[in-house]
Amino acid sequence: MSARSHAVAAHLREVLRVPEVPGDRYQIRERVGEGGMGVVYRAFDRLLGREVALKVVRPDVDPEAFTHRLRREAEILARLEHPGIVPVHDAGVLADGRAFYVMKLVRGGRLDEVAAGQGRAATLRLLLRVCDAVASAHAQGIVHRDLKPANVMIGPFGEVLVLDWGIARILREPGEGPAVPGTPPANPAQPDDTAPGAALGTPGFMAPEQGRGDGSQVDTRADIFALGEVLRTLAGPDAPPALRAIVARAKAGDPAARYPTVEAFAADVAAFLDGLPVAAYREPVSERLARLYGRYQTPILLVVAYLVMRLLFLALRGL
Amino acid sequence: MQPDAPPYVTSPVGFPLTGQTLLQRLAAADAGERARGHEVLARLYWRPVYTHLRLKWRLAPPDAEDLTQEFLAGLCADDTLRTFDPARGRFRTFLRGCLDHQVANARRAGQRLKRGGGATHLSLDFAGAERDLAGGAVDGEAVLEARFRAEWVAALFATALEEFRHRAADGRHAVHLALFERYDLGPASGAERPTYAELAREFALPATQVTNFLAWARREFRRALLDTLRAGCASEEEFRAEARELLGTDAP
Ligand SMILES: Nc1ncnc2c1ncn2[C@@H]1O[C@H](COP(=O)(O)OP(=O)(O)OP(=O)(O)O)[C@@H](O)[C@H]1O
Ligand SMILES: [Mg+2]
Repeated sequence: MSARSHAVAAHLREVLRVPEVPGDRYQIRERVGEGGMGVVYRAFDRLLGREVALKVVRPDVDPEAFTHRLRREAEILARLEHPGIVPVHDAGVLADGRAFYVMKLVRGGRLDEVAAGQGRAATLRLLLRVCDAVASAHAQGIVHRDLKPANVMIGPFGEVLVLDWGIARILREPGEGPAVPGTPPANPAQPDDTAPGAALGTPGFMAPEQGRGDGSQVDTRADIFALGEVLRTLAGPDAPPALRAIVARAKAGDPAARYPTVEAFAADVAAFLDGLPVAAYREPVSERLARLYGRYQTPILLVVAYLVMRLLFLALRGL
Repeated sequence: MQPDAPPYVTSPVGFPLTGQTLLQRLAAADAGERARGHEVLARLYWRPVYTHLRLKWRLAPPDAEDLTQEFLAGLCADDTLRTFDPARGRFRTFLRGCLDHQVANARRAGQRLKRGGGATHLSLDFAGAERDLAGGAVDGEAVLEARFRAEWVAALFATALEEFRHRAADGRHAVHLALFERYDLGPASGAERPTYAELAREFALPATQVTNFLAWARREFRRALLDTLRAGCASEEEFRAEARELLGTDAP
């Protein structure tokens, strides 16, 4: 072994690291992010003359197991057409056999980063958009199972895109009719439920039934649990009681005690934002008055001002 | 000999290296399996050990050579490896610690580092290691650690390459191997990397074939590398961490 061995090692590491896409359609430009399953690159699509995001299986994991997962993610993304879900453009296999797919390149930041730089109300409005995307997936029989702020990107024009459908669960195939929460999914044993290498989901965001690893018990309500945790992290430590009640209801240990649908959860968050009563929270009279005051501040002040003027006028007249 | 086969081991390693970690092999009931473990240990670690002895302890080459042999043989003979505690760091760091300990003890005892010591002599290319040492002694733990790792990485890739060539020599993959040597190893020796179209002409193959054959070769090489790495790591966890560092996109 000589200095050449060091050069060979360095070169082979490079060969194994930078993905080589066969053909000359895509030119890899730079790495933009990575997770437990994949690495995402910014690439140039020469055919259409635009930049795209190219996600490949990480170079350091068992390619077989994760190739399957990445392919499935691409298929699910292709099925879920929604402005809040990143569109997939192409899929294939790298020169070394790893799977990849090409999707819209999202510029901008992750929800957790964006939230850190803005007020609570603005962030909660972004959360409502996340809910729209998730509700649309649920309507198509797909549970995300890994919702968390790091898996949501916010584009430069405030567009909200939910990423990372790698461990999503297909509750039913298209045309099978709506899923009813609590009924066992149509295809309980999905190959992915036993994918090696990673616990499926993220601790803290994972519903208890999902944490137990029993894939067949997981339905749309696991996503509602995760959205509850997202709300908790976004609302901050000084969240008002009504928001805390929404979080508590979404994160109930028993799936049946949670909001039945993402829409119901979103409706409560929207009610909070609009200063309306929140279904999950029975407020004390004092808080109710405070909320009403907050909501009707201007008319209340006008009436009070009028009454004060009126009293003053009467008092002056009486003198 | 292959152009870049590691010249320091003359006997063939007990291929294929699949499934087990180093410590599992060294503790195996089967003597053949244990011998394979020793072989992997020597192949991946002799060079870091030798370089470390020269750079940190400034041993003269003959002393460093003897101690390298003795150290590797000793590791396999006694219970040192059983004291490895994965909670306290990487196996590589543990080995370096054992080595330092052994040298320091010998020095404290005022003992001249003994020659030979009855160790089985592996055929190691010390002259080659010596050529790469130009620059003399190195100070600082961080530098020594980095150097130890670099030697280990080079040995790992060389061994993986040998393992890969061995696997490709099944009579069905000669062209795959030749393409890989030309396309992926050529540039390391300063050659210009050809395009797939040029390769297709050169090898008189359809371009799609070039793509497929190279895909096979890279996939198999990656597999050989990961197998060799696992065979040289103390545990599955360590294997995964090392794999991430070596091949992860943010690897140093
Ligand atoms: N379309 C995209 N455009 C820009 N950046 C992206 C895009 N998709 C993913 N990323 C970046 O790459 C990172 C990793 O992507 P992703 O979460 O999909 O990978 P993963 O391996 O499936 O992750 P996880 O470990 O969460 O399962 C993201 O956090 C994000 O920063
Ligand atoms: Mg992610």
